[in-house]
Amino acid sequence: MQKPKNIIQKVWEQHVVHQEAGKPDLLYIDLHLVHEVTSPQAFEGLRMNGRKVRRPDLTYATMDHNVSTKDRNVIKDPISKKQIDTLKENCQEFGVELSDRQHPDNGIVHVIGPELGLTQPGKTIVCGDSHTSTHGAFGALAFGIGTSEVEHVLATQTLWQAPPKTMKVKVNGKLGTGVTAKDLILAIIGKFGVQFGTGYVMEYTGEAIRSLSMEERMTVCNMSIEAGARAGLISPDETTFEYLKGRRHIPKGEAFEEAVANWRALATDEGAQYDAVVEIEASEVEPQVTWGTNPGMCIPITASVPNPDHEEKANKKDEISRALQYMGLEAGQPISSVEIDHVFIGSCTNSRLSDLRKAAEVVRGHKVNPKVKAIVVPGSFSVKLAAEKEGIDQIFKESGFEWREAGCSMCLAMNDDIVPPGGRCASTSNRNFEGRQGNGSRTHLVSPEMAAAAAVAGHFVDVRKFTAQEVL
Amino acid sequence: MEPLRIHTGIVCPLNRSNVDTDQIIPKQFLKRIERSGFGQFLFYHWRFDDDGNLRKDFSMNHPKYQGASILVAGENFGCGSSREHAPWAIQDYGFKVVIAQSYADIFKNNCVKNGILTIQASEEQVQSIMRKAENEEYSLTVNLENQVVTDNQGLEFTFDIAPYPKEMLLNGWDEIGVTLNYEEQISTYELARK
Repeated sequence: MQKPKNIIQKVWEQHVVHQEAGKPDLLYIDLHLVHEVTSPQAFEGLRMNGRKVRRPDLTYATMDHNVSTKDRNVIKDPISKKQIDTLKENCQEFGVELSDRQHPDNGIVHVIGPELGLTQPGKTIVCGDSHTSTHGAFGALAFGIGTSEVEHVLATQTLWQAPPKTMKVKVNGKLGTGVTAKDLILAIIGKFGVQFGTGYVMEYTGEAIRSLSMEERMTVCNMSIEAGARAGLISPDETTFEYLKGRRHIPKGEAFEEAVANWRALATDEGAQYDAVVEIEASEVEPQVTWGTNPGMCIPITASVPNPDHEEKANKKDEISRALQYMGLEAGQPISSVEIDHVFIGSCTNSRLSDLRKAAEVVRGHKVNPKVKAIVVPGSFSVKLAAEKEGIDQIFKESGFEWREAGCSMCLAMNDDIVPPGGRCASTSNRNFEGRQGNGSRTHLVSPEMAAAAAVAGHFVDVRKFTAQEVL
Repeated sequence: MEPLRIHTGIVCPLNRSNVDTDQIIPKQFLKRIERSGFGQFLFYHWRFDDDGNLRKDFSMNHPKYQGASILVAGENFGCGSSREHAPWAIQDYGFKVVIAQSYADIFKNNCVKNGILTIQASEEQVQSIMRKAENEEYSLTVNLENQVVTDNQGLEFTFDIAPYPKEMLLNGWDEIGVTLNYEEQISTYELARK
């Protein structure tokens, strides 16, 4: 009998083009997603060396980081405009399919890949974007790369990669009511730290993961990189196949059944080994709020901001003090007392239809606190249209949210959706780094439900109680 | 890419952990379509205040670190975004070597592609280098061939590096050029998968 393998090992082995001593493996790439920010220098490199895109048919481009969420047709910043135009020119010159700003398939690269069925179990997927880990939710080996590697994949459809160490992240039990996939992944990073995944590819397993929808799984895998792991994936199952069935790039009819059989065989074998295993109890996870300047600096909504004096190591003490100073928070302050002035619901972490539905349920019938500027940015055109069909846009608009066009938007503020210096934002995105949402801005990462509740209250509230009050 | 064999240079300390690539090169500078000229924006909001003046309390701005080519930092250097603009900025500013306790995977990869050597050192080694660099004008010599770091005060330690990135750095190879020699293997693989 063959030695049992985990899904990471199986996908890897299927993609090794060449092995030789003293070199990493030459790995084949099945899907290369491209966006405007990390590709111009790669295309320029091809041009300078007279090289072509080897497999335009395995390459797909979109524009998402710089696009305006107010008016698709206008980009005020001439440098942004130039970057957008450059992608269009490059795609034309090299024969790469592009969904540009006005295209109905346009959206955030990690939202549209799955929507179109480009993302599939067992594929190797890369993109010049660290949140490529999102696609791991389907059992794909998906990871972010730099621009030199983008150029390398464009030219050769391969990458030299050392086989990663594998880690099992097992989530036992069930998540409580009002506790989301976002809270789970934040709690995992909070518990094990922002670099426990470095050098590893993670597989999320366990009862709590199995019961997540595809969109929730994407939220979890999306933030693998915030734990240091380039990729995080989930073995495909019925939930995966159900989501994929009928999507544009998914095989139809008998071919679909055949694909499902292959995909099913990718799932981790019983008894497969990993280089490391961590476990967490889902029932112990509470709604999370980050208080500091990296995603590991997070606490439950019921807790208080840490005190650097309670730390023994000098560098840890410094790190906390510096984060508190940047964030304008007092040590020991209850996180629920922190008042906000911005709310951003969006990003490749939390901008899908189910995210918007859940946030809308929280705000329905309430008004956004007058001091809060709140925006909802759907992940794609298609999410936006689907939400509008259900009237979700109306719920948000009636409560005082701005309803925007799709894009990366305020997650990294490369367009004009910027949190001003000193501004404080409850954000459903993935990074609370200094200045991430604008120079001097302060970001608190939360779930869509928690962001919605904070928009109404004007400060962080436990969405579990917020909902209960509604019932009463 | 310029080969890197033996390098001697001034050490600049950055006594922080979890330095993310958003700090190394903030997003407003990612809109450029060029590959060069990012050094002026390196650690932009740490180096400059809101009026564009140098912040006196940021180590890199101290006169004794002008011309530094070896950057020393704590744990998890280069975490976050995959932006290669980060190593472009580090290199364009004049750094050739980074010494840190640990690195984020994507950042480390991106450095190799640009001829920047990332050395992983122990907390003790990093702290000792950091202290010396903070107290005096301090230089190190890095010998990639022998994988050893030395100073002129008797410090000597070896470091690990996988054979492939070592070879790439020593020779300054264009990786795509190398890979295109495997065209036959790639085509064979593609045919077999159809």
